[in-house]
Formats: sequence, C-alpha cells, structure tokens
Amino acid sequence: MSTVKLTYREAVRAALSHALATDERVFLMGEDVGGYGGAFAVSLGLLEEYGPERVRNTPLSESGFVGAGIGAALGGMRPIVEVMTINFSMLALDQIVNNAATLRYMSGGQMSVPLVVRMATGGGRQLAAQHAHSLEAWYAHIPGIRALAPATVEDARGMLLAALEDPDPVFIFEHATLYPLEDEVEEEPRPVDIARATVRREGTDVTLVTYGGSLGKCLDAAEQLLQEGIEAEVIDLRTLRPLDMSTVLASLAKTHRIVVVDEGWRTGSLAGEISAQIMESGFDSLDWPVQRLCSAEVPIPYAKHLEDAALPSSERVAALVREMAI
Amino acid sequence: MAEFVMPALGADMSVGTLMKWLKQPGETVARGDIIAVVHTDKADVEVEVFTSGVLERVLVEPGAQVPVGAALAVIREDGAPAAPRAPAPPAAPALFPAAVPEAAPHIAISPSARHLAEELGIDPALIHGSGPSGRIQRKDVEAAAAAREPTAAPPPVPTRAPPAAAPPTTPPAAPPAGPAIEDRNAAVRRAIASAMSRSKREIPHFYLGQTIHMSNAIAWLAQENLRRPVPERLLHGVLLVKAVALALREVPELNAVWQGDELVRREDINVGVAIALRGGGLVAPAIHETDRLSLDELMHAFRDLVSRARSWSLRSSEMSDPTITVTSLGERGVETVFGVIFPPQVAIVGFGTLVERPWISEGQVLICPVVNASLSADHRVTDGHRASAFLAAIDRLLQEPDKL
Amino acid sequence: MTRDEITEAVLRALSDVAPEADPATLRPDVSLRDQLDIDSMDLLNFVIGIHEQVHVDIPEADYARLQTLDEVVDYLVEKTAP
Repeated sequence: MSTVKLTYREAVRAALSHALATDERVFLMGEDVGGYGGAFAVSLGLLEEYGPERVRNTPLSESGFVGAGIGAALGGMRPIVEVMTINFSMLALDQIVNNAATLRYMSGGQMSVPLVVRMATGGGRQLAAQHAHSLEAWYAHIPGIRALAPATVEDARGMLLAALEDPDPVFIFEHATLYPLEDEVEEEPRPVDIARATVRREGTDVTLVTYGGSLGKCLDAAEQLLQEGIEAEVIDLRTLRPLDMSTVLASLAKTHRIVVVDEGWRTGSLAGEISAQIMESGFDSLDWPVQRLCSAEVPIPYAKHLEDAALPSSERVAALVREMAI
Repeated sequence: MAEFVMPALGADMSVGTLMKWLKQPGETVARGDIIAVVHTDKADVEVEVFTSGVLERVLVEPGAQVPVGAALAVIREDGAPAAPRAPAPPAAPALFPAAVPEAAPHIAISPSARHLAEELGIDPALIHGSGPSGRIQRKDVEAAAAAREPTAAPPPVPTRAPPAAAPPTTPPAAPPAGPAIEDRNAAVRRAIASAMSRSKREIPHFYLGQTIHMSNAIAWLAQENLRRPVPERLLHGVLLVKAVALALREVPELNAVWQGDELVRREDINVGVAIALRGGGLVAPAIHETDRLSLDELMHAFRDLVSRARSWSLRSSEMSDPTITVTSLGERGVETVFGVIFPPQVAIVGFGTLVERPWISEGQVLICPVVNASLSADHRVTDGHRASAFLAAIDRLLQEPDKL
Repeated sequence: MTRDEITEAVLRALSDVAPEADPATLRPDVSLRDQLDIDSMDLLNFVIGIHEQVHVDIPEADYARLQTLDEVVDYLVEKTAP
C-alpha cells in the first residue's frame, strides 16, 4: 500500500481533517485554532476548508470552553477541544475531574461525555517554570477518563481517530518537541489500537519504559548502550490510563531489570505507579530494584543548560543503566 | 507441610550422615521417589520420600550428621498452600549441634536470583554477591553454577531393569570412590557387632534343623540351566529363597517383626538375603514381595542386590523392610549354619553347602545331594511346633522345584 | 583369539567380579576360589563375563574344570580352537 511522509504536526492535522470530513458531529474548538491555525500550527488551513461552524476560536477561558465542550458532547456532538498546553488545563480541572469524568457515573449511565481533549505538553523549549509542565500523571490518576500519549507520527494520527470512537472522555497529550518529527506512514488515515503498549526496540539486558517525548531519548540511549554491549528493550507505553502492564511485565520477565523514564517530577509520578505495579505483579522477576529517571525536583528552569539538566536525557538514561550492574 | 526425617535404616542405627540431595527445593516429588543418599555404618543408602508434593526446603546440608528422626527437609504436600518464606531451618535435637545449620543470617539476594538459585539447587549462603552491599544477583548465581563441580556421578551400577523378561544385567564395575574400603568395612563390622549383641541379649533364640533332600531340585535346575542362555542361568540359592518365601505363607507368624512388646505381622513377604561384602562384613537387604516373583525375577533381583550391596548403593526400603533373613554359607563348605536373628525380625533361615550324602529311600541307599536347613527363631513369638511346620514346608516345596 | 588375548579377557572378567584381584600377584596354578573371595554369584557373573568377551558358553557341568586361572585359559583355548 502507498505511504506518505508526514510530520507529527501534519499527522494530527490529517486526523482532524479526516474526522471533520467524515463525521458532521465533529468540530474543533480552542484558542487560536481558527484563522491563526493553532498555537502549534496543527489546525493550519482547516478553517478555510471546513468553515467557522466546524473550526471555532474560543475565548481565553479554559474552564469555559472545556465546559462548553462537555455540554456539546452531552448534546450528541463529537467535540475536539484543543487546550493549548497542559499548563493551562489546570484552569479546567474542575470541569474535567468533576464533570467530564463523573457524569456517566453520577447519571447512572444515562449520560456519556464523548469528549476528546488534545493538549501540548512537556518542557525542553525554554518556556520556563509555568509553561513546561508534564502533568500527565494527574490525568492518569482520574477514574472515568482515558489518557493517551502518542510518541510517533502514526500514533499522532491514529490515536485521535480512535479517541473519537470512544463514548467517554479521552485526553491526548502531544509532547511539543515532537511536532516536527517526521516519518513515513500509510497514506490512508485509520484509527490505531489505544489499549496496548508497544515494544519499539527489542533487547535482553534491561527494559526502558517510557512515553511521549522521552521515547526518542530512550531509543538514543539504547543505541548508546549497544556500543557497550548492553541490549536495552524500549517500551512505548502509549496509553497512560489504563496502563498496559502486561507488556511491561512480559519484558521484565525477559530482562529482569527495568527503568521507567518519565518527564514528570519523581515524587508522585506515573513512574512511581508503574514501579508499584511492577513490585506487586513482577516481584519474582526483579534482579534489581525498579529504577526511575524523572525530571529534577525543581520548577523547570528557563536557562537552557539548567533546563537540560532538569529534564531526562539520553545520556542520563544510559548512565543510570550502567549503574545497574548488568 | 510434611517433614522428611532421617530414617532408621537398621534397628541399631542412631545417626546418619546426609551425603547428598537428589532432589532440589522446588522440585516435585512423588511417594517412592529417591530424594537423598544417607551414609550409615553399613552402607550408603538411597532414601525414598513417602509424601507426594513439592520439596519446599532442605534443612540439612550434605555432610551433616544428624540423629534418626531429625528433620531433613520440608515437603509441601499436594494441595497444601505454599508456605511463607521462613528464614531459619528448625534445629535438630542437640546430640550433634555442630553438624546442624544454625538460623540462616539474612542474605541480600534479588527475588529473581533467589528463584534461580533454588532452581539450580545452590544455597544462597554459598554465593558471592556482586551487587550493592553484597546483594546476590542472577549473574552471581549463574557464576556459582558454572563454578560448581559437576555432581559426582552415581556409583556405576547396572540399571534396575523391570523384573519381567529382561536379561540380567552385566557384572558390576569397580566400586566407586568413597571412604577407603578399610574404613567402611570397619564401620560395617561395628554395626554388625552392635546388632548381633543386641540380638543375643534380647531375643531368646531356639534352633531347629532339617536335612533336605535336593535331588529333584538339583536335577531340575541342571535341566533348566542347560536350556538357558548363559546370562539367564539360575543359582540354586534362588530356589531356596523362593521356597522360604512360599513357606512363610503357611506360617505367617514368622513373617513379622517384634516391636516394643508385641509381634507385628507383615502383609508383604520381603526376604532379606545375606550378602557378604568384599573385604568382610555382611548386609541383608530385602527382595520385596519375594513370594510373588518368578524364579527369573528373583534371580534378577538377587543379582541386582548383590551388585548394589557391593557398590554401597542400596535403598533405604531395602535396608529396613526385610521380614525374615536367609543366610547361606554354601560356598564355604560348612554343612550347617545357625544364624543370629537380625532384630526386629523374628527368625533367620540358614542353608549349608550342597553336599552329596547317602540317603535311604525305599530301603535303598542312594547318593543324593542334600542341604541342611536351619531355623533360628524367637521363642517369644513362636514355638517348636510351628517352627518345625515351617521347615517342613520348605522341604516339601523344594521337592517340586517346577512349582516354585 | 590368541592365548594372550584370552588371558586378558579372562582377567578382565575376573576383575569385574573381584575388583581387588591384582593380576601381578595372582597365581595362575592355584585355585581362584582359594585366592579370591568368590561365591556362586561371582562365579556365575564370571562365566557370563567370559561368555561376553570370548563368546564361549561354559556349561555348568564344566565348572569343575575351572579351578585355576591356567585351567580357565586352557579350557577356553580348547573351545575357541578352529
């Protein structure tokens, strides 16, 4: 079948376009998604193609427009809400946690909220403390929603399409450094599986588990380690809630050593949750305690060298693996 | 949980040395499986386990000498839940405190390495840990496994073929390396001394003798052996042993043991056959269910026992199960043997050399092969009347060798 | 087989049943039973061993001719003569 070269950004756009074209219930709303084409240029050209009813600018009020999205979903639409970044989503947390996540339960199943929310996330672009958060762990904490982290071009396109088929809220976290990532994918957009993690690179000596923007860093680290005779297996979690632990545990049973690389801060991190589940279900496979590489426990710095020092890097992943006496 | 304890492999045994484990923690065991080798004064004996399940933990390391009855291992019986990991093995009674392992110190070992060590049968206490704070990792276990000497090959004995039509096994190879022959024989002598003294002290022996006319038996045997290939020839001893076994069906109170204050009859007839050990000494292991074996099976079993006795690899059930002993000094030219009963048995049958003697038959003097059979019996258990019925039965049975 | 080969084969069969037998000190003209601890089981195993090595079937009736090592070898030489 024929393939096409796309950037991550173009992949998301392609999914949006496909959804807008094939399902009239779908519409996109968010800050600057219209004429401006989106803060990250994801929706460039879509207003022109589909018109202002389908591509809607919103005021600077996350709580307001996420709430409006919830209402539209309750009313039978299929809204795709773009929250510019996860940093601003905190303003909509009450809507998300207390309305989007709960209405199915609180209504005894009479209502469902088929809402998709997309957010850019993460640091590494010198946007400083208030604009570099990785708070996926907070979303992964909430029952009633799904949380996805596409790390590849194919997932960037396919996960959005799959999310639109979910009758319950789905939150998609797009690491901002990935937008220029380019790859060859099938020409025809199609939904992808959103229940499973994927082994991106096979290995036998240690398992590196990660998601989103850290996948590339882990793959680089694996390449570095191979030069030293260590074969690392790299797992892309893809879905953060629910977690696919079976893939992780199967890998652990093979390698007996595991590192979770998570851009969130270490304390209370998603890596901590994964570590606990590994201890519970994979105890007997462990030849070494579960290791975590997370962001330094500081508000993310603005200065480049400090920001680089605070975030996970491929060098630090490799250094951590070297300490595991493989 | 069931305990596997040091068995009593003879009436006079008080301690035994665990030589090696043949099953490892984590392995499934079935009733009857041979689980360990125990060294006693008389022999290195393969010991069976009588519980089915999983060998959970060994409590005694190879080389340890422990009293009879001391716990050697813990077996998780089929259906029982897995035990939580208890840290220390229970100490055996204090007769030999130095030989029993003390409560194990905490060993830092990763869960995966611990499992691997169990699988490979390596004691974590013996593994050098290369991890932080000396923690043992998988690769340390693997290194220990590679460095460990291969387990000593079992003594070169012929495989125990099924009793049916299998041809008898080839003669045994040289005895394996082990304690020097002199040491072993000295130990055997001591054990015999102890048992025989006890026997004479406690058992009121009485003796009966019978000369048994063996023309029919010998003639029949010669015919049989002519038509048999060399490896399947029968010795006349098996006729004697079979006759004893069948005679016990008629006088079952002699197929019993004296325990405490009473006679305990045994269901199975397991004749112990006295086997001289090279260099001196005697063992009398049992042939199980002797009365049910054909002569071929009996010959095969006997040959197998002789080779294993001489290579110090008898099994515990063979040592502890005889219900009566047969001793034959046929080779040495002695005409009659009055044996000493092996406690806790209650009788011993002796056969002298096959000799040619004048025999009166229907007023004629004939030269016939005869053998003197003797019975030493425990007078607490039987009397002359019943004992002589027993000898008479043996005589009668040997007159019809084709029916044995 | 040559006489030497037969002798070797006999000594092999003998050492299988009596491992302590030392060929150097074994007197070929003295009864084996007097020199070694051999009972009827050992004798039978010895006969079987010879049967395997030299392929001669020794009937029970001939056992009496096999008292010494020399006698055994002589007997086997006779039986294997073409």
